[in-house]
Amino acid sequence: MSVTTNTSYLESLLAGQPQLPASPLAWLNRLRADAVDRVGALTVPTTRDEEWRFTDISPLTKAPFQPARSAPRLELANIEHFILPEAAARLTFVDGVYAPQLSFNKTGVIVENLAPGVIPQGAMLAAHLGRYAGFQHNAFAALNTAFLQDGALIVAPRNAVVAAPIHLLFVATAKDTAAYPRCLVVAEAGSDVTVAEDFVALQEEAYFTNAVTEIAVGDGARVRHVRVQRDSGKAFHIANCAVTLAQASRYQSVSVAFGARISRYNLNVLQSGEGMECAIDGLALIADRQLADTHTFIDHARPHGVSRQLHKCIVGGAAHAVFNGKIMVRAGAQLTDSSQSSRNLLLTGKAHVDTKPQLEIFADDVKCAHGATVGQLDAEEVFYLKSRGLADAAARNLLTYAFGAEVIDRIPIASLKHRLEQTVLEQTSVES
Amino acid sequence: MIYQDSKTLLEVRGLCATVSGIDILKGIDLTVRTGEVHAIMGPNGSGKSTFAKLLAGHPAYALTGGTIAFEGSNLLELAPEERARAGIFLGFQYPIEIPGVANSQFLRLAYNTLQTQRGKDELDPLEFDDFVREKMKLLEMNPDFLDRSVNEGFSGGEKKRNEILQMALLEPKLAILDETDSGLDIDALRVVAGGVNQLATRDNAIVLVTHYQRLLNYIVPDYVHVMDGGRIIKTGGKELAVELESRGYDWVSAEYKTTARATA
Repeated sequence: MSVTTNTSYLESLLAGQPQLPASPLAWLNRLRADAVDRVGALTVPTTRDEEWRFTDISPLTKAPFQPARSAPRLELANIEHFILPEAAARLTFVDGVYAPQLSFNKTGVIVENLAPGVIPQGAMLAAHLGRYAGFQHNAFAALNTAFLQDGALIVAPRNAVVAAPIHLLFVATAKDTAAYPRCLVVAEAGSDVTVAEDFVALQEEAYFTNAVTEIAVGDGARVRHVRVQRDSGKAFHIANCAVTLAQASRYQSVSVAFGARISRYNLNVLQSGEGMECAIDGLALIADRQLADTHTFIDHARPHGVSRQLHKCIVGGAAHAVFNGKIMVRAGAQLTDSSQSSRNLLLTGKAHVDTKPQLEIFADDVKCAHGATVGQLDAEEVFYLKSRGLADAAARNLLTYAFGAEVIDRIPIASLKHRLEQTVLEQTSVES
Repeated sequence: MIYQDSKTLLEVRGLCATVSGIDILKGIDLTVRTGEVHAIMGPNGSGKSTFAKLLAGHPAYALTGGTIAFEGSNLLELAPEERARAGIFLGFQYPIEIPGVANSQFLRLAYNTLQTQRGKDELDPLEFDDFVREKMKLLEMNPDFLDRSVNEGFSGGEKKRNEILQMALLEPKLAILDETDSGLDIDALRVVAGGVNQLATRDNAIVLVTHYQRLLNYIVPDYVHVMDGGRIIKTGGKELAVELESRGYDWVSAEYKTTARATA
């Protein structure tokens, strides 16, 4: 099969779709059908699209990815390295396919495989699923929705507090497969949940992950969201996450990107009620010829919103990091308090970063600050450590590690935090 | 304390240095022997902090003349980390904040690096924890400072205590304390000075770089040097510091100029 145009590439991906079982839910079937239509109408973005200016995904369109029809049966031993001991639930997906033998749920709330899990919930979820991550103009969200089958459904009912984290583990095992993980998190009023999405690889192969996550945080509810992308260095990873925050809700997100040849993460946060608070932190740690692109959009649509964002990139080798952080303060969003900081560390002469903080303010009584820095390690900091006897390389490694650890430190899951700190430590040692 | 049988630790001769093409040091001579406490005083911009950093190997300064010998070896050939391992310690005027690195981790790394250098065993985190807590008592430091990031959010006084804690751990032969008194209230000054006094032995030496005399009420120097215009223009005993406090620096500069003219 030869791929000649962008459109035919999307169609070729669609054509490889295994026949999805029709859902008993008419609205779900309709959602998928709409998405299939949109895939037919949309094209793969190119660098001529403003939103994709710095990220050339044409290498993706040259590879023949197809969804796995069945996933290899893995044992617990295969994923031992990724297990979070403190998790109260785990859903595991192997090459995009739900693996019940590697999943459990002790939370007392709904943590299930998506398509079957939706059925008994019926119309309640029709108001959420596919309502936040729009696919009208987003080819990848459309593709994901067209393939909507396996994924995570988390519903925390009113005032339910789940103290321990819910672990969503996406394991890639096979070359040339495409996976379309889908997550829906509904935190009803007053509830409190912690969700960790974790994308891992068992082999250093080329594959394609196209994920969509939707999170609805109800009145006064709180969601902590951790996202770890540690895909294979040959993989392609595209993800869209849409969050909607009701009145006085809180959302805290930490996303880290270590893996993938090309990765793109779009995080859209909509303030739909007054007085929400969100903290959005990100870290990209890349080397060689990797490209990691993070686009975030915080939409202060209602008054009294607070948002904090720290995004950091550590770029080695000939890698390329992209950050586009848009903050919109709409006319009605008075007394918004927003701050955003993009900090970037370039470890080599060939490393490259494009950062674009964007602030658009249409209200007149707000407090907003943003800033971006791009640089190398601070010479005074290096000298300080050397003056205590540390060798030059050790001093630089420690400072690089520290630069990343500031973000990792905000992950509210101790074991994951510790493990990722080790990863950063190892990776920064390799760099020097 | 001045001892008869002391050894020469540091010998600086005719040291000249520039930063960004501007002459900062214009011929410094200084000899420091074991057991001694030296104070280098002088107005702002006299070059005293530059001198302190240069001894520790700061890369921003270009040496244009002179020699520095440490225990008889050429110090200028050594990188900053080698100077630290040889026994030189610089207490920073503005200690650097390192968010993301736990203070305990940093202190242990520095300590173990020097232990290895000295052919001694490293301490594991638990052993080190006990060890460092003992040292912290010396400075009346709250052990919570171990878990925080290095100097991050520390008050001025806490940062200076943390510097002296490092001195206590690393046991340098020559400690150069750059404006250790700045930013300290009187209680903190007393504690920090008390710590330094306990660390002073007849086998090491301390060079205090300070703008004010008040530190010298607590750490009594054997020698007081006045720096101005990149030179040491007067050297005296501890009483010189008291005189500087009441009369300022101008008279020393005037005296130096008169002498310089007379000898010219």
